[in-house]
Amino acid sequence: MSIFSFFRSAPRPSAVQAKERLQIVMAHERAGRSGPDYLPMLQQELLAVIAKYVDIDQNKVEVKLDRGGDCSTLEVNIELPAREQAKAAAAAKAGDKPAGNDDAAAKRPVSGGSVNGSAKKRG
Amino acid sequence: MSKIIVMTSGKGGVGKTTSSAAFATGLALRGFKTVVIDFDVGLRNLDLVMGCERRVVFDFINVINGEAKLNQALIKDKRIENLYILPTSQTRDKDALSRDGVEKVLNELSKEFDYILCDSPAGIERGALMSLYFADHAIIVTNPEVSSVRDSDRILGVLNSRSRRAEQGLEPVTQQLLLTRYDPDRVERGEMLKVDDVLEILAIPLLGVVPESQAVLRASNVGMPVILDEASNAGQAYMDAVGRFLGEDIDHRFVNPQKKGLFSRLLRRSA
Repeated sequence: MSIFSFFRSAPRPSAVQAKERLQIVMAHERAGRSGPDYLPMLQQELLAVIAKYVDIDQNKVEVKLDRGGDCSTLEVNIELPAREQAKAAAAAKAGDKPAGNDDAAAKRPVSGGSVNGSAKKRG
Repeated sequence: MSKIIVMTSGKGGVGKTTSSAAFATGLALRGFKTVVIDFDVGLRNLDLVMGCERRVVFDFINVINGEAKLNQALIKDKRIENLYILPTSQTRDKDALSRDGVEKVLNELSKEFDYILCDSPAGIERGALMSLYFADHAIIVTNPEVSSVRDSDRILGVLNSRSRRAEQGLEPVTQQLLLTRYDPDRVERGEMLKVDDVLEILAIPLLGVVPESQAVLRASNVGMPVILDEASNAGQAYMDAVGRFLGEDIDHRFVNPQKKGLFSRLLRRSA
């Protein structure tokens, strides 16, 4: 033991971390216990809405949920088709709007609060 | 009218069978006619822990299927008056546990016994569900460790929604925590969840704290419920827990590290 270790702040005991992690994960699990699991349904409905405007591949969709202490994020990644395909698809659909801009992945909030959506686009 | 207790945990390896054997023996020592039933179909072990593995002829599943009479399957403990073991099948699978079959056996047992203790298998599938379905009291066996605490919370949810009492809107199953493999020294060093942490998270009353003890392995080696090792910490802790279960007011021992003399401190330093 070196003399400097007296001045270093003690590391957080692992038991404290265990308690905090348990409290967070179990608060969510208890909340989810009462209601049905809505995530699959949410995913389907979101996709249905997007599919009205953009031709998307159902297999290129990624849904991630990150649980935090007081705020959780739901991230939905949908890979849009290449521009040519997108144009063709747009032309095929009546009352459709061309799919936004280009290369860079654009992050667009779908709704405020705890739900975030990010749509990725391939140019 | 007999009382049905389930010893459950969700997670495996936390000490359900050890605790079932100890608790049933403790209740019998207090003069209550007690039977302990193994619900872990296919992975029978209560017989080994109770030291009656060579006396199993018929089992719980035989009785459910009408292949044997209840009295033929019940094994009377050789050490303790009033204590009986109902072993399970080592060859069948959990589908053999029909709800009606289990109910029929429990009804028959309740005519004769004061306490029926159901030793649940790990998990939340058929065996575990059947063991807790008819329970009046649940003892939740938990280790001070994240996965065990989480699984205990899960099993509490199951008790509150899928037990007979929950389904029929009766008074809920009473729930008490038995914290096992507790190591006060590691708790003091901040390496293990404290009793109070676990109580705060699970929010159920504390039945007992059983310290990590070498006596548990020694007892199972020889097929003796650890509660009969009266000199051991674990045995005393189980005895206290049985007393509390029966409504006695007993202080919790074994929660704090034992004071060490100067000599053993010096020895530990040099080790």
